[in-house]
Amino acid sequence: VSRVAVLKGGRSLERQVSLRSGARSEDALARLGHEVVSIDVDADLIQRLRDAAPDVAFIAMHGRDGEDGTVQELLEILDIPYTGSRVVACIRATDKVLAKHLMVEAGIPTPEFFAFSETAFRELGAADALPAIEERLNFPIVVKPSSGGSALGIKFARSAADVPAALVAAFSYDSRVLLERYVDGRDLAVSILDGEPLPVVEAVPRDEEFYDFEARYEIGRTDFICPADLPADITARAHDLALRTYRLLGCEAFARVDLMLDRDGELTVLEANLIPGLTETSLLPQAAEAAGISFDELVGRIVELATARAAAY
Amino acid sequence: VPTESVSTSRDIERYAALFASRTKVMKSSAMRDLMAVTARPEVISLAGGLPDTSTFPPDTFAAVAQRIARESCAKALQYGPTEGLDETKACIAEVMAAEGMSVDHEDLIVTTGGQQVIDLVTKALIDPGDVVIAEGPTYPGAVPVFSSYQADVVQVDMDADGMRVDLLEETLDRLERDGRRPKFIYTVPSFQNPAGVTMSQARRRRLVEVAHERELLVLEDNPYGLLRYEGDAPTPLLSLDGGVYVMYLGTFSKILSPGIRLGWVVAPPPVLEKINLGKQAADLCTSTLSQLMVQAYFEESRWRDYVESLTEVYRARRDTMLDALAEHFPAQAEWTRPAGGLFIWATLPDFIDTTDLLARALRDNVAFVPGEAAFLDGRGRNAMRLNFSGSDEDAIREGIRRIGEVVTEQVELYGTLTGERPAVRMEEAAPADDNVLHLPERAERERRAKGS
Repeated sequence: VSRVAVLKGGRSLERQVSLRSGARSEDALARLGHEVVSIDVDADLIQRLRDAAPDVAFIAMHGRDGEDGTVQELLEILDIPYTGSRVVACIRATDKVLAKHLMVEAGIPTPEFFAFSETAFRELGAADALPAIEERLNFPIVVKPSSGGSALGIKFARSAADVPAALVAAFSYDSRVLLERYVDGRDLAVSILDGEPLPVVEAVPRDEEFYDFEARYEIGRTDFICPADLPADITARAHDLALRTYRLLGCEAFARVDLMLDRDGELTVLEANLIPGLTETSLLPQAAEAAGISFDELVGRIVELATARAAAY
Repeated sequence: VPTESVSTSRDIERYAALFASRTKVMKSSAMRDLMAVTARPEVISLAGGLPDTSTFPPDTFAAVAQRIARESCAKALQYGPTEGLDETKACIAEVMAAEGMSVDHEDLIVTTGGQQVIDLVTKALIDPGDVVIAEGPTYPGAVPVFSSYQADVVQVDMDADGMRVDLLEETLDRLERDGRRPKFIYTVPSFQNPAGVTMSQARRRRLVEVAHERELLVLEDNPYGLLRYEGDAPTPLLSLDGGVYVMYLGTFSKILSPGIRLGWVVAPPPVLEKINLGKQAADLCTSTLSQLMVQAYFEESRWRDYVESLTEVYRARRDTMLDALAEHFPAQAEWTRPAGGLFIWATLPDFIDTTDLLARALRDNVAFVPGEAAFLDGRGRNAMRLNFSGSDEDAIREGIRRIGEVVTEQVELYGTLTGERPAVRMEEAAPADDNVLHLPERAERERRAKGS
């Protein structure tokens, strides 16, 4: 039995989802016999962590602060063991531009993209380069903020006229955005637990054309198929790509890698989420379940991995 | 209590198969997740619809409570009739008389807030798939009610004179051709939430005629009628119609307190009977304590003086917000100039998505309601609702300054992206044109990307 501080909520735009991931994890931790300290992250975080003096911090925060290495850095300073990946992996994965550049360099296929900072447009006249980019990527083009684990701010530009507004929207969330080639195909996710890929999950939107932010967290709007109905070689390749991405970014303990399978059977990696959701409709718990690992076991493993890592230092 | 059942009770899957299909349409949205952040104390929220209850004198409250304790303690603690107490109905009649309406006690039911009226009327009239006509934009709080009864909501555009009744007639013709008959028209004709506009006298008359010609009910939602800051008092639809096709919703929420949860409905007797049955099922009766508090308050104090003091406070806040908008919003923005009520509706250039803008604004600790909340069809994405009653004048100025800054930032960025360099400062620009309420065009529903 150890004392586990569950960090959740915070000011991220994914606060609501994080509260649900946190609450569900707390239940599991309690069932596993741990002493749970629940912390809705706020300005008094350091004080509360010092007071609680937990054996492990269970990070159930998504998006800003929780997933980008900020909280991990603080926990390093406080010398509190924590779940999931360490600071540098968080930084690499949260910054989609960096992650995609690393993938390209490592030969992991990812949809072609161009990234811009706001200053590039404001001060360097980058708008003049848009026509060339549009020609290269073809419409529709996906426009998204560089950070953020949810679909907030992600737009489809169907023609050149849509691009400026899509960029303005994406810049609402981040000072850097990327324009990415749209992949028409199937939506796959490979979760990895302690270096082992779990069964592939396919998300099939029910009535929306695209799998959007709202559908993602709600029962009945998206059908999840796990294991996904795929030829063995595709499954193997998806596992291989996900694992390579996981290692490339330096992930530890667990992560979820999102991929697209296009109509020609080609796989590309979109991004890695280092603190994927742990809600009822989240993909990591579903994949674990398909592999015979219950939610409680999953949470237990995540805590053990954090403790083991701390012991190794 | 067994630990096991308590600690797993959060798992939705466990219950998913048991939910009614109507719960599936009561969806949460990205916007609601964003709104969760707006409740933080450091955020200046122009998103709420709150009256300022700090203006109510605590001494009056104490006197009211003492009076009830002294005179009607047992009654206040007891159940009451479903239709409400006569004492309360007398107060309601007084409030309605202040707006030129007369009402018989048997034609009205006291409800748990005005919101319950929307619920009970929809429950009494709507089968799944039936059509409700609403304004576009409509009161965001009505949206989940209509959704929960699986109504098909058709929204009719407005301008500065309220609902376009000509478009309403076109819509009704179209529905008729499709073999569909709407059950009722939901409208907030005076100082509308969220648009802040007021239906003209001519349109009021025509709307009532249309209701008679087509034998359609109208639900007139009038929470703000007495909060008038300028101009003549609009004539309620109920007065024009005489209570044949118009149902009337009133509330004490904005003239006294939303916390006491007291509203009322006036409707033709056969409809009122169905509403009464629905209310019996919902909550048996409205809080007797709250009803007696209103009665005691009306005896204890001059309620119209309090409404007058609220009107003065809100008028000043409205003026502050209008001035701040003129100072801080770019020339491409437009907004309404409400003659009463609690809200201003601002429309931005169509390349700005106000849900995304809210995410940006929250970084600067300021919030508003994105326009899409007031539509069921994906429109309103470049509009916002701004509340001026719930914040003091300093907060309003600062809040509008911050929003103006992020809007200006996005207008400039868009100009840079398209090669246009719009004049973004407002200094010499004309004030908002209050003759036209520019509402967003019907936009193809924004497709959103797969991300994760």
